[in-house]
Amino acid sequence: MKTYICIVCGFVYDETAGRPEDGIAPGTAWSDVPDSWACPDCGVAKADFEAVEI
Amino acid sequence: MNAHPANIAAATDAVTPAKSTAPMVVIGAGLAGWTTVRELRKLDKLTPVIVVTADSGDFYAKPGLSNALAQKRTPAQLVSTSAAKMAETLDVTLLDHSRVEQLDVAARRLTVRSGEASQTLAYSALVLATGAQPIRSAIAGNAAAQVLSVNALSDFAALFDRLQEGDATAPKTVLVIGAGLIGCEFANDLLQAGHRVHVVDPSPRPLAALLPESAGLQLQQALQDLGAHWHFGTTVQAVDADAVTSGQLQVTLADGTQWVVDAVLSAIGLRADTALATAAGLLCERGIVVDRFLQTSADHVYALGDCAQYASAGQRTLPYVMPIMHAAKALAATLSGSKTALEFPLMPVSIKTPALPIVVAAAHPALAGQWVADAQETQGVWRFLDTQGAQRGFVLTGQSTARRMELSKTTQLQDSENPVGTRS
Repeated sequence: MKTYICIVCGFVYDETAGRPEDGIAPGTAWSDVPDSWACPDCGVAKADFEAVEI
Repeated sequence: MNAHPANIAAATDAVTPAKSTAPMVVIGAGLAGWTTVRELRKLDKLTPVIVVTADSGDFYAKPGLSNALAQKRTPAQLVSTSAAKMAETLDVTLLDHSRVEQLDVAARRLTVRSGEASQTLAYSALVLATGAQPIRSAIAGNAAAQVLSVNALSDFAALFDRLQEGDATAPKTVLVIGAGLIGCEFANDLLQAGHRVHVVDPSPRPLAALLPESAGLQLQQALQDLGAHWHFGTTVQAVDADAVTSGQLQVTLADGTQWVVDAVLSAIGLRADTALATAAGLLCERGIVVDRFLQTSADHVYALGDCAQYASAGQRTLPYVMPIMHAAKALAATLSGSKTALEFPLMPVSIKTPALPIVVAAAHPALAGQWVADAQETQGVWRFLDTQGAQRGFVLTGQSTARRMELSKTTQLQDSENPVGTRS
């Protein structure tokens, strides 16, 4: 499981936690997060995220 | 969407300061205003909150304004959450298309006009998130008023409409004033969307104030390869209606050259919107002056976002997204009762120029030092070294932007109390 950070605002998507409030179940791989999903904090697109080690 | 009057603690006779039961009022529904409310609601679900905004209050990703054209996104598609949905989710009263006419910080009340109606609100705390306004240079000519700037979704809609005029699918010619961050992002986006682009700037190269020379030259080449026409060392003197064609503009540069274009976009920088704060007697310099707790010179009045001049950033304004996130979290904690000083981490800025992606972590502008490139400049890594040789900032271009985390770890943070000194 990996984490991805929004390079614009710093929001972190954690594959382990998913994003249940957006309908993304815990354990959802980043590649399975829909392209239409936007950063919950600043609204930028999925393309503005990159993988990080935390 | 208008508020129900019953939800508002109207202080018609509030000569004395409002009681703590008065609502919190947030002025501005951009990223700073909405993020503050969202962070506050994580900590405090009960305090009534009123958000006042001059526009619709729709939530959108502002960075998307300068890369929407290539992605063929319309202004409406940029809205990620409607104002009504935001207000409902965050349980706030939204006064949209409304302006604050008067702010009395001693009495803790303000007067808001929505269309014909005007009302007086008492507040327990006031958050100024009034943003910034584009700086406009003096331009002569009978069509100077047609020069556009984009700093809000409605501004982007105006540019979008302008590009659709005539044959909507035909490439247009756009002259961009300013080769800074926003000017370069728009130039790249317009080129990628198939338009012809001229960029005019008095500096010798793009992003001259931000990047080491060799990095700026890389960007200049990358955008030129996409078709950008650069006009450095000159300025726009006049914009007139073109005498021959209908609807087009004739732009005259200070060097005497003339260009016929379809649109002129001014992107020469932002100035904090301090109009309301100044009128209310709050201390303002380059922005609304706030201390480390984001409080202005008046009790119970706070400011953040593009309008604020941060003590936590060595008295700088920081018109970027990431500072807003940190400021909103600290302010929400303070507003909910645990006073929290704002500490900014290192916040690299991504410049959305896909022709040559760039990441910049800038040192405080007053910090003495020099840019040093790693091995070869083609590697795309520059480090800003202070006079002691410590790394205090960096620039990454192209594929090296992937090294953002690595370089961030080796960069010494500024001390907000003493931004130009070294951290002990």
